Amino acid sequence: MSKRKDRGGNQINASSMADIAFLLLIFFLVTTTIASDRGLTLLLPPKPDPNQPPPDITANERNIFKVLVNSNDQLLVEDEPLTDISAIRAMVKEFVLNNGRNPLSSDNPEKAIVSFKTDRGTSYEIYIAVLDELKGAYYEMYGERIGLTSDEYRALKESNPNEKELINSGKEGLPMNISIAEPSNFGGGAIGGSINTGGGR
Amino acid sequence: MAKFSKKSKTSQEIPTAALPDIIFMLLFFFMVTTVLRETDLLVEQKIPRATQLQKLEKKSLISYIYIGPPKKTEVYGTEPKIQVNDVLIEPRDILLFVEQERDKLSEAERDQITMSLKVDEESKMGILSDVQQQLREVNARKVLYSTLKDTEQVL
Repeated sequence: MSKRKDRGGNQINASSMADIAFLLLIFFLVTTTIASDRGLTLLLPPKPDPNQPPPDITANERNIFKVLVNSNDQLLVEDEPLTDISAIRAMVKEFVLNNGRNPLSSDNPEKAIVSFKTDRGTSYEIYIAVLDELKGAYYEMYGERIGLTSDEYRALKESNPNEKELINSGKEGLPMNISIAEPSNFGGGAIGGSINTGGGR
Repeated sequence: MAKFSKKSKTSQEIPTAALPDIIFMLLFFFMVTTVLRETDLLVEQKIPRATQLQKLEKKSLISYIYIGPPKKTEVYGTEPKIQVNDVLIEPRDILLFVEQERDKLSEAERDQITMSLKVDEESKMGILSDVQQQLREVNARKVLYSTLKDTEQVL
């Protein structure tokens, strides 16, 4: 009698284990937000010193690549209207790597500055799209110097000494001079002080 | 024929003994990757897409600022607002917020604080520029415009 009882109750019934696990799985599936700390990095300039006058903009006109966006999200690149945002990337690369060949373009990559000015009414979407192209142009140039694509270049980690060396050799003598000017106010003539950002990394 | 009938005697069921293990594996994956939402978003968040993304390695250094049109338009209107933690704030309150966030970090890491700006693509540059002016004021100059991955267009 007792022997028969033992045989029946020896195993724990595990058939509902899968159901329980499913339930938990679905809970985590619903609450999860895959970590998304990715985006365009930027270093803001230090705050202006009230004791020092704003720096003279003596940089040669030819060394500044101007990108303007008005409150209707229309672009003006080097004083020419432009509709295709993706064309900026090639223009920036040509401008930066000019090395004084074309008298209307930059002297050398170190002096070249990309100036990006928006209006207070410009939409953030366009701002990001243009900034993406500007940064893309630089990353492609960095990548090309060390034989990588722009994606591979950005995937390099500074924590790894070998990769850090690659990062630096890509950047050497080619600073990411993207200057984000203070936005104008509704097409007004007020020119905010130009602020220079040190670039991404 | 006899051979075939013999074969059909074998069990037709799929063995499901490994099913719980597989499910548990998935479960652990999601448990590890999950980040429970810390803040209730009071503003709309339609994050723009970009291609030239970089990943930040140290999560503890990041503080978030959300900008977008409020969800409760009858209370807050339709103009984009700034949210930190669980409250809507004015641009000048950013100073205080950054100081608070800095205090949470250790001495050595204070100047490495990174502000992640999660901005709705409908927002205008005006409000963003106000925020950036405040960040410059308080010397929190590392900024990340949070964006989603866009697949590179084939030219």
